[in-house]
Amino acid sequence: MADRPADILKDNLWFNNPVFIQILGICSTLAVTNNLTNTFIMSMGVMFVTGFSSFTVSVMKTLIPRKVRMIVQTLIIAFYVIILDILLRAYLPDISKALGPYVGLIITNCIIMGRAEAFGQSNGPLLSFWDGITSGLGYAWVLMAIAFVRELLGFGTLFGIPVLPTFIPRWTIMVMAPSAFFLMGGLLWIIKTIMLKKEANSGA
Amino acid sequence: MAPDIHPLMLLVASIFTSNILLANFLGMCSFISISKDIKSANGLGMAVTVVLVITAALNWAILKYVLIPLDLLYLRYIVFIIVIAATVQMLEMIIDRVSPGLYMALGIFLPLITVNCAILGVALFMEIRSYTFTQTLFFALGSGLGWWLAIMALAAIQKKIQKAPVPAGLQGPGIVLFTIGFMAMAFIGFSGMVNVQ
Repeated sequence: MADRPADILKDNLWFNNPVFIQILGICSTLAVTNNLTNTFIMSMGVMFVTGFSSFTVSVMKTLIPRKVRMIVQTLIIAFYVIILDILLRAYLPDISKALGPYVGLIITNCIIMGRAEAFGQSNGPLLSFWDGITSGLGYAWVLMAIAFVRELLGFGTLFGIPVLPTFIPRWTIMVMAPSAFFLMGGLLWIIKTIMLKKEANSGA
Repeated sequence: MAPDIHPLMLLVASIFTSNILLANFLGMCSFISISKDIKSANGLGMAVTVVLVITAALNWAILKYVLIPLDLLYLRYIVFIIVIAATVQMLEMIIDRVSPGLYMALGIFLPLITVNCAILGVALFMEIRSYTFTQTLFFALGSGLGWWLAIMALAAIQKKIQKAPVPAGLQGPGIVLFTIGFMAMAFIGFSGMVNVQ
């Protein structure tokens, strides 16, 4: 495991990206990827929660008995999700409404618990915070990439601003659920191929 | 303010047209990792259905009689997740006592369920759409059955995929996601039959 901040960043964005390697935590966020703005807000939310809950778990790691640590971690995560929910509702009421139940579902996002458990438990608070933020970032860029394609082809807009000329037909499928699975699968395919090629090159 | 949908319609809709997994993306984590063989997929599907119905009923009662009267709605995430974790724990103990055979079949899946997004998702949908008690029960049952159906279908398809020549880069989760995509398209074919929101 890398322990310099720069290595952690590289690891979480690419080599050990939580989404590619383990397909963790796409439940709560894949659903909102037909719109870039919502995806952006949602990813920021996940970053916020991952960072702060890793930080808190790391600060409290000596205080939490090992036996109940899962439930304590869940409560810490739920605490930050509630803060996020209240913030969203106060400052971005429209987006909060559009996201609906998916904000609450950040609690069950496996990445957050995974980072808190794997990194926060055994590292210092600041490093854990950094690890959480970068994990969230690694997660964010993947989802933003998917949302970019879905919104561009589905609605012809980016962040709600029309970019595609109207004579290009809109792909209705991109707005609906299956396209998220296809794009995600396609992205995994590309990335895995690149990684395999690199491995073959370094091996030879 | 409950939406005026017949509970049975809700049941059909939540199994087919708005399948919790294929339309709402909930419960993906365990879905992808467990769907490798049919037997454990069946066990997990059954466990999810049982836990969904019980926790949805409990959460509905708590929401209606505790959280809303006391104006503590903002605590609902924490309360829901505690109810789910506690129910899973209780079920594990009860099943262990009553039926060791069933425990062998379901036991190992129960802890996984606490972090299954579908369970919390159903509780939150039930709150946002303000379902009545009967509607909640049927919605939870339908969502559970829909999830069960989806994971069984995927497990069966995966058996075939294992024998198919898949490109190296696509092996593993990649091909599974494509499969889920096609399944989701098939399920969209049901829409128009019943609409639920």
